[in-house]
Amino acid sequence: MRSIRVWTISMGERAPPTLVVENISVGFRRSGKLVPAVHDVSFSISPGETLALVGESGSGKSVTNLAIMQLTPPAPRSEVRGRALLTCKDGITRDLISARREDIQAIRGNEISMIFQEPMTSLNPVRSIGDQIAEAIMLHRNMSKRQAYKETTDLLALVGIPDAAKRLDSYPHHLSGGMRQRVMIAMAISCEPRVMVADEPTTALDVTVQAQILELLKRIQEQTGLAIIFITHNLGVVAEVADRVMVMYGGRLVEEATAAQLFEQPLMPYTSALLNSVPRMDMAGRRDTVLEAIRGSVPDPASQPAGCTFHPRCNHFVPGRCDVTQPPLETAGDGRKVRCLRWNEIGATA
Amino acid sequence: MSASGDILTVSALTKHFTVGSMLSGGRKVVKAVDGVSFSIKRGEVLGLVGESGSGKSTVGRTILRLSPPTSGSISFDGQDITNLGRSALRPIRRKMQMVFQDPFSSLNPRMTVEELLTSPLKIHGLSTEPGARQKRVAELLDLVGLSANHASRFPHEFSGGQRQRIGIARALAVQPDFLVADEPVSALDVSIQAQVVQLLLEIRKRFGLSILFIAHDLAVVGYICDRIAVMYLGRIVEIAPTAELFRMPRHPYSEALFSAAPVADPKVKRQRIMLSGDIPSPLNPPSGCSFRTRCRYATPECAAAVPPLREVAPGHFKACIRDDLSLQNWDGKTGA
Repeated sequence: MRSIRVWTISMGERAPPTLVVENISVGFRRSGKLVPAVHDVSFSISPGETLALVGESGSGKSVTNLAIMQLTPPAPRSEVRGRALLTCKDGITRDLISARREDIQAIRGNEISMIFQEPMTSLNPVRSIGDQIAEAIMLHRNMSKRQAYKETTDLLALVGIPDAAKRLDSYPHHLSGGMRQRVMIAMAISCEPRVMVADEPTTALDVTVQAQILELLKRIQEQTGLAIIFITHNLGVVAEVADRVMVMYGGRLVEEATAAQLFEQPLMPYTSALLNSVPRMDMAGRRDTVLEAIRGSVPDPASQPAGCTFHPRCNHFVPGRCDVTQPPLETAGDGRKVRCLRWNEIGATA
Repeated sequence: MSASGDILTVSALTKHFTVGSMLSGGRKVVKAVDGVSFSIKRGEVLGLVGESGSGKSTVGRTILRLSPPTSGSISFDGQDITNLGRSALRPIRRKMQMVFQDPFSSLNPRMTVEELLTSPLKIHGLSTEPGARQKRVAELLDLVGLSANHASRFPHEFSGGQRQRIGIARALAVQPDFLVADEPVSALDVSIQAQVVQLLLEIRKRFGLSILFIAHDLAVVGYICDRIAVMYLGRIVEIAPTAELFRMPRHPYSEALFSAAPVADPKVKRQRIMLSGDIPSPLNPPSGCSFRTRCRYATPECAAAVPPLREVAPGHFKACIRDDLSLQNWDGKTGA
């Protein structure tokens, strides 16, 4: 049976971070012009921690992580600034943004891996799943073919695929969506990475299957101390999985807090509007509750409003202030961060 | 409620599809909808929930007669429409309209908003005067929160939420009595979903519209619907008023579905009922109760016969032979 390396995590205090992301900015060149997609995003994540990245389409949540893995289109089509310092298994800290191509290839999959929303498009349709996983293992872990296939069988069993040995020869189209996502997870953990980026991994799945996958990720995390960056737009999933939450809007980090803090008392008006716009289970069948729809729509990165990006949709908007000054990301106590000129006044009056 | 209060009555509806060919191992029958009965009252919003493959969309398409039913009957507004021909269906079709999930693929990209909204009017011979038509387009756009000067634009010039508003305006153009909305908000951004949900509720209130709301998001369905039917593998396993179903689900599948639904509140701690495996293939469904292979309460008797949908409390029906269960609801409490 496969042995899983266990990182000991002291309860209570946060272990030193595995990944420290500093001032990441990403821009894409669209007909000669550089369109900013992510502005100056910083965060860190520790072993065993789940950090949720919440935002709507165009918020920059996926792009931030693609940039960290050097998966954005090569320059000059995109431009990435900042640093992403990953403490690797050998104890050496490397910057992923400035890493050379050969180096990043050795790091991706091995030290930091990724799972996506639609496993069908991330798996190769003409190769068996056994081949696809074993290839990654042979590439990164210097194993013989025989060993790699043995390891693959164990991994498939670990992620809950019944009859794992028989499944080695299956092709992706033989499997259901949930099973494919399990295969992706098996592949993603095959090299015992320290960080996993999960980009909407359950969005395409049915709720009962989603519950299975979330449970599986939790179990793997408990066993291996994996740090998970969980990208999602689903606030329910955030509440289920996250230790800490970062909310992104218009390419900027607008709020950061623990999950408990965020759901208890959001500080940024966008966060609270988002929470109030989603129907809750306890509203079911009651006609006395009203959803607070957020007016307008998500801004286009190419033509962002001046001042606070959210001001055209904000209930607390003050003319002459919110549409003029770009609010800084402020520390709000208890390790919380918020980007709003008025968070203090709003908090006091609410 | 008297039968005359129902706008739609569906009895023992089945829809079978034949798949495969003689060459590839023979033809097989998929029972996508397998004996579904329900009714919708005037002005009522009935939710249809279930996972992919449960047949909920097929029910929606079949009752609109977009595909012919295999057997069973559909009665709309007191008239049996199960076997009506094309021309006889046309006046009925004006009264029943559909809103689709994907606002990107359900609008013709080469038509302006005005053309999109007037083509149903032309088809049904309404507002034949160009002036009257233009006025109607402006009215409809205003109704869904868009402005009259959007009329000359093309779908690609709009965001997803705006396109869904156009889709709703198109459905409302012919003043229907009944709407089938198939996952109308699931392709939209979270902040936009609430806008469209509120719009549907406003329209329903204003025109007394009846809606069949098909969705997989339980919280959204709970918010919008008066009653909810839960489907599993082509059959309705439970149907009840919304508040009642959320307080006290009585079918083990409903319990599992509620238990799996993520709750946006970290303080809710409940025991997850984990269903093992996937929904079985509809090509080869289990005998008896089709949920029994994944049910933690299953007994040998469950394999014997398909459990009928029977009333276990006023307005609350379930298709499960076990009455001795005390099931938990979405926040882990038992409603009993």
